[in-house]
Amino acid sequence: MSTLIELKGITKTYGQGTASFLALRGVDLRIDEGDFVAVMGPSGSGKSTAMNIIGCLDVPSSGEFLFRNVHVEQLDRTERALLRRHFLGFVFQGFNLLARTTAQENVELPLLYRGEPAAVRREMAAAALAQVGLTGWEHHTSAELSGGQQQRVAIARAIVTNPTLLLADEPTGNLDTQRSREIMDLLVSLNEQKGITILMVTHEQEMAAYAKRIVHFVDGRVESDVRQQEIA
Amino acid sequence: MLWNSFLLAIRGIHRNLLRSFLTILGIVIGVSAVITMVTLGNGATQAVKDQVASLGSNLLQIRSGQRMFGPPGSGGRAPSFELTDVEAIQERITGLAAVAPEISRTATVVSSANNWSTSVTGSTNDFFVAGNWTLAAGREFTKGEIDGGQTVCIIGETIRRELFGSSLPLGESMRVKNFSCEIIGILVSKGQASMGRDQDEIVVMPIRAVQRRLTGNREVSSIQVSVQSEGDIDRAKNELTELLRERRRLEQGEDDNFNVQDTRQIAETLSGTTQILTMLLGAVASVSLLVGGIGIMNIMLVSVTERTREIGIRLAIGALEREVLLQFLIEAVVLAMLGGLVGIVLATLASIVLSGVMSVPYVFDPTINLLSFVFSAGIGILFGYMPAQRAARLDPIEALRHE
Repeated sequence: MSTLIELKGITKTYGQGTASFLALRGVDLRIDEGDFVAVMGPSGSGKSTAMNIIGCLDVPSSGEFLFRNVHVEQLDRTERALLRRHFLGFVFQGFNLLARTTAQENVELPLLYRGEPAAVRREMAAAALAQVGLTGWEHHTSAELSGGQQQRVAIARAIVTNPTLLLADEPTGNLDTQRSREIMDLLVSLNEQKGITILMVTHEQEMAAYAKRIVHFVDGRVESDVRQQEIA
Repeated sequence: MLWNSFLLAIRGIHRNLLRSFLTILGIVIGVSAVITMVTLGNGATQAVKDQVASLGSNLLQIRSGQRMFGPPGSGGRAPSFELTDVEAIQERITGLAAVAPEISRTATVVSSANNWSTSVTGSTNDFFVAGNWTLAAGREFTKGEIDGGQTVCIIGETIRRELFGSSLPLGESMRVKNFSCEIIGILVSKGQASMGRDQDEIVVMPIRAVQRRLTGNREVSSIQVSVQSEGDIDRAKNELTELLRERRRLEQGEDDNFNVQDTRQIAETLSGTTQILTMLLGAVASVSLLVGGIGIMNIMLVSVTERTREIGIRLAIGALEREVLLQFLIEAVVLAMLGGLVGIVLATLASIVLSGVMSVPYVFDPTINLLSFVFSAGIGILFGYMPAQRAARLDPIEALRHE
């Protein structure tokens, strides 16, 4: 399998002078295409910072970050936005759907920024919603959907552009166990059937167990990196 | 990209319908105030011009003093005219159809049962020529009545109706202030002039009668001169000026202490006042347009803060800085233009209704409509830019964390 992303000696410092805080202290990480990686670690371990850098929302203070051999740390704000637009999908703990907007419109949003025509948008959004099992709910607004359904809409929004990498930041954090398992099953199937590489941050061991590989962050460093052979 | 931003902006407005409406209210009021004021002002100007134009184009008006209208007393030093001036004009200047001296006073006129307060004008038969009046019944003044200052009256339709109802009062007499006056003629109705002034509310008497009985002096306040052919207007004007300067013993280089105006100049003088008033009202109203713009900026800033998370989501899924900027800017501009459109519609309705009430003609002015619309769009850009830029520069991570 080819390498999708590679972090080399990534550090990230917040603030300046004596008030500065070292969030990442030299992280090396390689993720192959088609992998499903769970990132774990206590609060303040740097896992969110690493996620933001991999998600091209933030830039490292030093080190190299390659996305398909492109040096992301050298790109400007606009170029990183275009990278997100064409290769990345985001799923957040708080769902982050637009208020007073239907499921359909939420899912169409990334396509709108890509400049897809209306007919194509509608078709692709319907397909994505079908994939997350929400056919028939297209015209419900966020407020009319349950938490699990909202997260499904969010996932549909993330995959509607056929992203190379799906970044999920505690996708089950706001859901009960039953819904969480359904969401995880959905992510696993997306990984296996569509070959989408998934990077997921989670606190829960049970959810991390769905992934192929678990990376532990402690104090701004990768402490352990375990591939789970037993999970098929 | 522009079209997409436009779609996004429309959706943004649609999602917050009530707030959008409240936001544009300022612009709506501003635009409609400006347009209504200017339209009504234009109507009033038009009304004045129409009225003066109806006098005919070969009319000259001579008044004492330098300006036709001015603060009270501004023409006070200038001596007024007398009947000898009128005689001199008639003798010395050729090509004139009528030279009508005029003096008027407000007086109460009383018939057996009714009374009415009106303006009583003293003049000669030339008054009817210069003012385009014709008699509906009766006769004009005789030479003897004019020279002797007999108390005979020719009255307008309104006076006849108010004092005598349906009867034709020829030969009857009415009381004017404290003397009796025989009615010898009735004028053909001219109807209402613009801005509600009733042209038929008129009583004409020989000028000497008015001077003797009402004003108590020999003054003539103005002289209307009707020139036979329109091409003679300029010549007549020059000759009149020369003659009056001579009669008033003005030295070379001394300013005229009277003025001779043709109808075009009279119209300009009269409409000048309404035009200045229009501009003033328009300026006051445009301040409210500015306030409306600040209202838009206020709401857009609140909107950006309130929608920080939304902006974060948009940035995370790949919206470019300029796309977010454009979205918010277009939202502000679309709001402002919407306000402009609604304002134009409202102003048109208000102007039509109000011009009816004020009985001035409704004059549609495309310039002010277009100008207000463009101006409101400009206000959208001006006051939308800062909030839009603030939105576009948000850090996506911070924005997503925003509660």
